[in-house]
Amino acid sequence: MANTQVNPTRMELTRLKKKLATATRGHKLLKDKRDELMRRFLDMVRENKALREKVEAGIHAANKNFVLARSVMTDEILNVSLMAPRQEVYLDTNIKNVMSVEIPEFEYKTKTPDENDIYPYGYAFTSSDLDDAVKSLADILPDMLKLAEVEKSCQLMAAEIEKTRRRVNALEHVMIPDMQQKIKYIVMKLDENERSTQIRLMKVKDMMLEAAHHYSEKLYGE
Amino acid sequence: MYKVAVLGDRDSIYGFAAIGIETFPVENAAEASKQLKDLADGQYAVIYITESLQAELEAEIDNYTTSQLPAIIPIPGVSGNTGKGMRNVKKSVERAVGSDIIFNNE
Repeated sequence: MANTQVNPTRMELTRLKKKLATATRGHKLLKDKRDELMRRFLDMVRENKALREKVEAGIHAANKNFVLARSVMTDEILNVSLMAPRQEVYLDTNIKNVMSVEIPEFEYKTKTPDENDIYPYGYAFTSSDLDDAVKSLADILPDMLKLAEVEKSCQLMAAEIEKTRRRVNALEHVMIPDMQQKIKYIVMKLDENERSTQIRLMKVKDMMLEAAHHYSEKLYGE
Repeated sequence: MYKVAVLGDRDSIYGFAAIGIETFPVENAAEASKQLKDLADGQYAVIYITESLQAELEAEIDNYTTSQLPAIIPIPGVSGNTGKGMRNVKKSVERAVGSDIIFNNE
């Protein structure tokens, strides 16, 4: 750290002091940012966990129903039943700014607003298990979209927290101590220079007085 | 206006067509990676992907973790839950905090 060369000048000292003040302020702000991000991140990640558990259970149940439906229907009929979906999902995304992290917010619209009108087949050739399966999937759709939103936000925030944490650590453990050391070095060097100048002046004064008045001759000559 | 897609083996995803999500059945990882790229460049804000496929396309998916869209979300396939999705959440906790403090002993 201290082996990097610094010019022990007043100008350099002022510059470093200014830089230190900025770094200290930046450190404080970044630390606050990190703490707040972390608080929100932890809330969000808990939500993420709960949602994921719910969605995974839901999909598992739906898959079970689909397997049941497949077992009692021929593949052709099943394929034809689901070939032309009646329902469509559209998403609108808004960007929300959380501590300078831009996280997406999804708002979804479905083509048919009536949730009983989503079955894309007549009921004549299909088993009721298929209805159950489609219903169970439709039920977890809002949660699935919410999960997408939350999980994405978590990923983005995790990346930002990592970045911020590195910055805070770099400032705290490298930049700031480094600058403090440099400032100390310059101050000591300047003090040292001042003392040596003073001593030199005193010496010169002595010599000049000696040359003018010959004190020592008088002192020892008597 | 964005759309929602689901990517995976046919058996795991065909049901999603009924609720209005666009399904893209793929058979192997190479095809999936090409399809994923097309979807990510297209008008899809959310791409659900089966956990088994997600494990194979880890590198490609990681490219999108820090971009705002699309959100690529692993879901369990028909063969069951591998816990991959949860591990992803855990990974982001580890990334942010430095160690895992949410899933302590799971």
